[in-house]
Amino acid sequence: MSFKIASSPHQHNQRSTAQIMRLVVLACLPGIAVQAVLFGYGVLIQLLLAIITAWLSEALILVLRKKAIMPRLKDNSALLTAVLLAVAIPPYAPWWIIVIGTAFAIIMVKQLYGGLGHNLFNPAMAAYVLLLVSFPLQMTQWLPPMSLQSVDLTPLDAVCSIFTQFSCSGFSLTQLQTSVDGITMATPLDTLRTDLSRGLTLSESMQRPVFFSFAGTGWLWVNLAYLAGGILLIQQKIISWRIPVSILAALFLLSGIASLASPDTVAGPLFHLFSGGTMLAAFFIATDPVSASTTNRGRLIFGAAIGVIVFLIRNFGGYPDAYAFAVLLANMAVPLIDYYTRPRTYGHRTRSELK
Amino acid sequence: MSQLKELTLQGLWKNNPGLVQLLGLCPLLAVTSTITNALGLGLATLLVLLGSNVAVSLVRNHIANEIRIPVFVLIIASLVTVVQLMMNAYTFGLYESLGIFIPLIVTNCAIIGRAEAFASKNAVLPSALDAIMMGLGFLLVLLILGGMREILGQGTLFDGADLLFGSWAKGLRIELFTVDSHFLLAMLPPGAFIGMGLLIALKNVIDNRIKQQNAIEKGSIARARVTGAAQ
Repeated sequence: MSFKIASSPHQHNQRSTAQIMRLVVLACLPGIAVQAVLFGYGVLIQLLLAIITAWLSEALILVLRKKAIMPRLKDNSALLTAVLLAVAIPPYAPWWIIVIGTAFAIIMVKQLYGGLGHNLFNPAMAAYVLLLVSFPLQMTQWLPPMSLQSVDLTPLDAVCSIFTQFSCSGFSLTQLQTSVDGITMATPLDTLRTDLSRGLTLSESMQRPVFFSFAGTGWLWVNLAYLAGGILLIQQKIISWRIPVSILAALFLLSGIASLASPDTVAGPLFHLFSGGTMLAAFFIATDPVSASTTNRGRLIFGAAIGVIVFLIRNFGGYPDAYAFAVLLANMAVPLIDYYTRPRTYGHRTRSELK
Repeated sequence: MSQLKELTLQGLWKNNPGLVQLLGLCPLLAVTSTITNALGLGLATLLVLLGSNVAVSLVRNHIANEIRIPVFVLIIASLVTVVQLMMNAYTFGLYESLGIFIPLIVTNCAIIGRAEAFASKNAVLPSALDAIMMGLGFLLVLLILGGMREILGQGTLFDGADLLFGSWAKGLRIELFTVDSHFLLAMLPPGAFIGMGLLIALKNVIDNRIKQQNAIEKGSIARARVTGAAQ
């Protein structure tokens, strides 16, 4: 009988980085599918472009750094970054948007800091901010859900408009954005924001076709699909429940209180939870094991910070949705949060005993 | 002559105020959105640095040690005012576009740093040389960063050069490529930080290469001597 001497931690699950990353990508699939069905096939082409760019830029940097290429490519982390960025940008954005963004995410944000595990910031979100700041026009051209589009888009049209800015039948993106009733459509968050700044009340704005009961048409289903994927990840113990729950709780509480206090100008908590990128960000983006907080209490603080920042920017800031900014700001605070939430070492005295 | 060589090497490369000392980062990052702005501010800084180094070196034996810093600041501030008035008179367009960053040359640590570290301890001629080389080093970094950001940001070079040189310089404007949407990040402050980081990284890479090269050469000499001893 042999006694193996193994070092701690003695209890761990057997998943490798590659398996974890692959599971996260798989959990994204329902959301991507719903997005493709409701908002058109653009997202699939963006995914393809993003994945190719991510692999190429990762390989390029690994060659420059004289490291083995295949082991790094096989860990799927570049794949996950590419997927997260591709689903976050508008599905019919021109091809160079996603190419610039993914290359920036992999080369500048991840590899220049030392590769997987060394980056301070979430690569996908840093790239999203780069794109949003650099190309505000292209990054805000969201199409309405297909049911509200005046022109039916075939998959071929998606290819055409991503690569040439015009669909195969010659419609520009601005024309496609115009809905059946001739009004240019944006995302629900964007529409609400514009309406409120025009002096309309919340209930007046909610009459528009882009809204559906308490959330945006189509957006509700996308968010529900990501929520389902996220719950699967928690059930599989890939991510901790603490970050998503504290993001959603913070956003729910703040928007709940604010909408009670000012029902005409602040949308209710359900609208905030199921609009924009809430579920995608809470379950898939903020839970990045590298750039998020690592202690249990720290994760609660990290998530709550994101929820608060998102609420503030959505209601008082300059952008309709703000997960990228919120995640990056919280990333910056992570070293501090981790420092102050270090768990007590077993056998050592607690802070209250020290006093 | 060797002092000239040493000062040149220090100012332009080994102790470059922009890339190594990291002094004067505020103007370096703020005004380098185009190569013209960078050139204008670089030249202004060079002039002030030259004047302040010469003046400080001239008075270095006449001021009490305890009040030297206020005296340096006074000298620099008066020179900056002179440069500012001159730019207001002769290059008004550039004066407008550089704005607050001209008076802010006073607070450029590179200038007071050279006054304290070099001019207050050396004779006039070496101080003037040091100022020219340090100023040129700073100017070069400004130009490279400005060029990078202008090309990436709007695809041109020397855009608005007429603000600095007069109307004939409009022909200097080079249109490298035209795009519908400018890469705004390069023009915004984050672009300056990223560009600066890349430049510093590039300098470190070159330095490391040189060091390795030297090590290899020295190593081969050492081996040659060992075999020589064995024979």
